[in-house]
Amino acid sequence: MKSAVIVFPGSNCDRDMAVAIEKVTGAKPLMVWHQETDFDKVDFIALPGGFSYGDYLRCGAMSARSTIMKEVVKRAEAGTPTLGVCNGFQVLTEAGVLPGALMRNANLHFVCRDVELSVETTDSIFTKSYTVGSPITVPVAHHDGNYFADSDTLDRLEGEGQVAFKYAADVNGAQRRIAGVLNKKKNILGMMPHPERMIEPALGGSDGRLLFQSVLESIG
Amino acid sequence: MKARIHVTLKNGVLDPQGKAIEHALSNMGFGGVDGARQGKYIELDLNETDKTKAEAAVDEMCRKLIANTVIENYSIELE
Repeated sequence: MKSAVIVFPGSNCDRDMAVAIEKVTGAKPLMVWHQETDFDKVDFIALPGGFSYGDYLRCGAMSARSTIMKEVVKRAEAGTPTLGVCNGFQVLTEAGVLPGALMRNANLHFVCRDVELSVETTDSIFTKSYTVGSPITVPVAHHDGNYFADSDTLDRLEGEGQVAFKYAADVNGAQRRIAGVLNKKKNILGMMPHPERMIEPALGGSDGRLLFQSVLESIG
Repeated sequence: MKARIHVTLKNGVLDPQGKAIEHALSNMGFGGVDGARQGKYIELDLNETDKTKAEAAVDEMCRKLIANTVIENYSIELE
């Protein structure tokens, strides 16, 4: 399985993402700089976490308009499995690939701790190895993870199984405690928690590993 | 020509930063503030001299980058 990690200036989780992908899939991902216009064909694209462009203007806004994103959006919309974690999630909503927006945490605190999530659907290449309803523990580290969408959009997301993960308890004020959402085709996932930081016991747990495992098993 | 852009959160969208300002003012003893909303102010220097063209261009900039229209409104003043 061939993967790519998109590298934006200021991101600080691109290497964590690359290490996680390599450990689970056995192959080093391509690291693709944001100013590139194209990259080799891959089976999986990851947008990492970490304050690209210093979160100027709005988190993910600048990255969403970077040169490489035209190609990423084109491929994601054509069906390439694409994962955005934390800032990567913000980039995907800013690019209009996923619905809604990520706002400042309602409690105004930067939250950085392990949180419990519930898996809301196993009907996606990212979540097929999990069990619906079984709690998993994955860390969060963000200031702007308060998921917002209008109530019609939220109803639609819940009704069509596009909510992948919810927080077990309120973490940041997110509407309906949503922690991760899928697009309609369910080949694009954006989530605030960091699965790449929970892939082996040495990191405190391996609940995030199943996400990468699911992608690997879906693609082969 | 100068464009002055105000970006504000839409009504109904929770503004935790505005709430914090409201609370701080009340803690300082300022009464009579029923609400506070925090927004952004952006100033652009434009080469364009035609007001209609400038307005159209700035409007496009706002829609494509400066405001996130899922959660924000914007207003433009040209001078």
